[in-house]
Amino acid sequence: MNPFLAQQMQTVEAPGIDWGAILPMVIVFGAACVGVLIEAFVPKHQRWSGQVVLTLGSIAAAGIALGAYVSGRPEHGVVTMGTTLSIDTPALFLWGTLLALSVAAVLMIADRSVEPGGSFVAQAGIAPGTVQDRAQVQSTGMQTEVFPLALFALGGMMAFTAANDLLTMFIALEVLSLPLYLMCGLARRRRLLSQEAAVKYFLLGAFASAFFLYGLALLYGYAGSVKLADIATAAAGTDRSDTLLFAGLGLLMVGLLFKGSVGPFHTWTPDVYQGAPTPVTAFMAACTKVAAFGGILRVLTVAFEATSWEWRGVMWAVAIISMAIGAVLGLTQTDLKRMIAYSSIAHAGFLLIGTMALTDEGLSGTLFYLLAYGFTTLAAFGVISLVRDSTGEATHLSAWAGLAKRSPLLAGVFTFLLLALAGIPLTSGFVGKFVVFSAALSDGMAPLVVIALVFSAVAAFFYLRVVVLMYFSEPASDGPTVSVPGAFTTASIALGVIVTLLLGLLPTFALDWAGAGGFALGG
Amino acid sequence: MIASSWLLVAFPALGALVLLVGGKRTNSWGHLLGCATVAASFVYALALFASESLSQAVDTTLWSWIPVEALQVDFGLRIDPLSMTFVLLITGVGALIHVYSIGYMSDDRDRRRFFAYLNLFVASMLILVLGNSFVMLYLGWEGVGLASYLLIGWYTDRPAAATAAKKAFLMNRVGDVGLAIAIFLMFKHIGSTSYEAVFAGIGDVSPGVVTAVALLLLLGACGKSGQFPLQAWLPDAMEGPTPVSALIHAATMVTAGVYLIARGAPIYNLTEDGRLVVALVGAFTLLLGSIIGCAYDDIKKVLAYSTVSQIGYMMLAVGLGPFGYALAIAHLLTHGFFKAGLFLGAGSVMHAMNDEVDMRKFGGLAKKLPITAVTFGLGYLAIIGFPFLSGFFTKDAIIEAAFGQEGWRGWVLGGSALLAAGITGFYMTRLMLLTFFGKERWRETTSADGREFHPHESPPTMTAPMIVLSIGSVAAGGLLIGGDTLAEFLSPSVGALQESHHGVLPHALIPWLTVLVSGLGVLGAWALFGRRTEGSTYTAVERPERVAWPVRAARKDLYGNALNEALVATPGMWLTRSAVFLDNRGVDGAVNGLAAAFGGGSGRLRRMQTGFVRSYALSMLGGSFLIVGALLLVRFG
Repeated sequence: MNPFLAQQMQTVEAPGIDWGAILPMVIVFGAACVGVLIEAFVPKHQRWSGQVVLTLGSIAAAGIALGAYVSGRPEHGVVTMGTTLSIDTPALFLWGTLLALSVAAVLMIADRSVEPGGSFVAQAGIAPGTVQDRAQVQSTGMQTEVFPLALFALGGMMAFTAANDLLTMFIALEVLSLPLYLMCGLARRRRLLSQEAAVKYFLLGAFASAFFLYGLALLYGYAGSVKLADIATAAAGTDRSDTLLFAGLGLLMVGLLFKGSVGPFHTWTPDVYQGAPTPVTAFMAACTKVAAFGGILRVLTVAFEATSWEWRGVMWAVAIISMAIGAVLGLTQTDLKRMIAYSSIAHAGFLLIGTMALTDEGLSGTLFYLLAYGFTTLAAFGVISLVRDSTGEATHLSAWAGLAKRSPLLAGVFTFLLLALAGIPLTSGFVGKFVVFSAALSDGMAPLVVIALVFSAVAAFFYLRVVVLMYFSEPASDGPTVSVPGAFTTASIALGVIVTLLLGLLPTFALDWAGAGGFALGG
Repeated sequence: MIASSWLLVAFPALGALVLLVGGKRTNSWGHLLGCATVAASFVYALALFASESLSQAVDTTLWSWIPVEALQVDFGLRIDPLSMTFVLLITGVGALIHVYSIGYMSDDRDRRRFFAYLNLFVASMLILVLGNSFVMLYLGWEGVGLASYLLIGWYTDRPAAATAAKKAFLMNRVGDVGLAIAIFLMFKHIGSTSYEAVFAGIGDVSPGVVTAVALLLLLGACGKSGQFPLQAWLPDAMEGPTPVSALIHAATMVTAGVYLIARGAPIYNLTEDGRLVVALVGAFTLLLGSIIGCAYDDIKKVLAYSTVSQIGYMMLAVGLGPFGYALAIAHLLTHGFFKAGLFLGAGSVMHAMNDEVDMRKFGGLAKKLPITAVTFGLGYLAIIGFPFLSGFFTKDAIIEAAFGQEGWRGWVLGGSALLAAGITGFYMTRLMLLTFFGKERWRETTSADGREFHPHESPPTMTAPMIVLSIGSVAAGGLLIGGDTLAEFLSPSVGALQESHHGVLPHALIPWLTVLVSGLGVLGAWALFGRRTEGSTYTAVERPERVAWPVRAARKDLYGNALNEALVATPGMWLTRSAVFLDNRGVDGAVNGLAAAFGGGSGRLRRMQTGFVRSYALSMLGGSFLIVGALLLVRFG
């Protein structure tokens, strides 16, 4: 070895890596890569079973690794991989939430009995409307790339919620987004709608990423660093022009709010939720929301706490706009998937209230809300996927009239989930709203809470309208049938319902864990 | 013995429990158990009465009932002369009527349940009189209300019985609300509801509050005791079986109002206005009841209005305060005997006459029902105040005390009491003549269900209680009033009996005046209904409808129901209607308008969701400009 190289090796040290802390994420990414290899080398008829085992197994392994790490974790979290990842209590809680939600979502993705062959195309490359397209509706094949795609997205989300600097965050954002764009276009039925959704999501997502990147650049110009903690330090004690700081914050937030489908950056949400295959919609609605709000929480709390007086008023307006758009537009929707999409926009507004309360209660309340909302909305989409007619899922409201007469169990489960979304006591939705609103109240946001309660009441109308429709209307003569769900979808819906009920009855366990510690700042 | 006085309540309560829970298995011996529990309580009460001096009130606390912060209510009993007097009356008359019911209800399939309700009533009534706080009293108050409701509506196949039960329940609610608010006021101003604390602290409360409490208690008393303006339910309550009418709606429960005011003597002693209202209510009611009693042909309704009237006497007496508490209780006791006896006699007549109650179909029954006629006759003599029978002593004493008031009060209160005594003589004589004497009109007609009448004397289980009660009707008055026995016995509870010396009429005159007025009433009735002449005085089996306006008014309960209708029911319905209107037009209108506004807004906003990516991107761009602009504006604006 020559002296020059020896000198180099002394000066460039590899960053320390706390493998135990990042093991869950590594397992997920590793399994995703293995999944790609399976697609390449395993015979077609074995791929599905191989992918399902690999995906579920890797999520379970990641969960076990997470559990093992949590039990002996440092109290204030660690910053590892140099300073790029901050594995602290909120990150761990969100990882746990993401892993649990993705188990339920992957179960729905893997189900092949509700729709013969699964909800996904056999071959994505076939143009819609052609003879081959009509033929593949009948075939029982399935594009099993969806499993590694889901794992990549999941890994990206996990990285996103733990990212300690903006550059890592941006990369994680792209890693989680790109697979989702693809997955949206894979619906077996209504191919055009599905592909339109994918393109829309991609175009608008790219647009939003540009905003994020521009904001990142401005903040780097302001603070000279992309680390969240450095931005906070710079904002607290310099006499540099604030223009860069606030313009950067605004553009950064646009990118983040887009991912969280917060109004007025929500426009993609109804179209994409409606067009994407329902299991993917469920995955997006639950997991993307968790990741996006995890990121918003971290950015606002770590980097911009000192300037909260300046941005809070603007965020108030954003929250109100989001709640208003979600609640009011939800009233006139006639498609259930679109209705749940608008519901998610309203919920994004409620969540934003929690993230604005920069207190421990606000943090734990928002984390709890994400967990509760994720499972409820996931199970709701699971139920929607079961009501079908000859053309696939019957998502038009009129098809659901009198459903309780034909399938009381399904109607009962859906009613329970809708009540949870509306925030009725004894469901997790009530506890979630309660902790978020009380945190906001104690942080001096009483008027906002009143407005939020009004829009909760407005939103309750369209949830209850579905309940009334199911129970008190005469069923249509040629109405949809209710599929007998396979074991996968049953497990997925059951998981969602049980968590919704348990968090409604015994919220303290999850609340305690969510409130066990704050963000790790790190150097 | 006092420490285990809870046994008094426990016996009948246990009986009710066993009979209700045991169900059909207890059918064969249920009535015997029912009688035995009440008889056991009576024996225990007698033993208690004989062994204890009862010169002062003794409170025993059984357990802490409602321990909530400042509100501490114990489940406790108070043994004192007043409560013991009532206990003896309730268990004594109660035991007799239980025995009577064995015979009277022998044909009823649900006789066992009937005894369960009767036992429930006795237990509740004992809690009412034995409780040592107003909340305990309220417990018993509601318990007897429940038992009364269940028993009035006993004949579930009769719509009239169901209506009467509902009416009794609702009108009692009005009174109960008064009682409840009175208890709230006591708790607010004194901080306790026990008799001991309330009577000790009532002197420190402002006079306005004392008067309010007194009037609210009076409202409760009016509801339970069928006093004006809440008297209308009591005659309708006669839809229940006759033993119920005798026990609950004549002898015991309806006198609870008198008990309440006598028990609240320390409160009423402080408020002269309150006492005057009580006395006026009593005076008005005793006239009202006696006048209406003249017009009815239904034997039980006449007796019911007679009860309203007699309780009016008692209310008048308690309204006189220290001059009348003991007299009211004395009249209550004698009334308990003779009115219970009269009702049992009426029941015996009905038993003989296919459950017919219309006196126009009776006549000349003395020959067929000799024991009933004699016992009924003794009760009749007692109630009209025949010299040296019970009523003579007790009613007379009340009239004397009323005339003992000064000025206009003496004339108004005493005058109405005296006048009502005459009317009582009239309607009771009419009842007597139409039922037991004169032409045997039942031979020409049939009962409502088309059967012929075959009158016969009742079995011994029914006649024996009637005989015992008639002895009480004859002797009780002299025993209680003679030598002021009862007044002295009661003085630890209600204070010593005072005698007025400033009255508007001399004392010696009043007894003879009363006898004279009563005699005039009797003669009048005899002239109208008794003389054996053909023509206008002949009592038709069919009720004449073309009669003078006072009779028409009396037949309509002196428009008592119409008054309730006009004062309470109609405004209530208007209120309901206007509330419904307000709800439909105002509230629903606002809600629907708001919903329409949201829906319209939703429809308009929806058009912004065009489906074009370019417009979505534009809206995002606009939002971004707004956010960045607003942030900079906040910072540099």
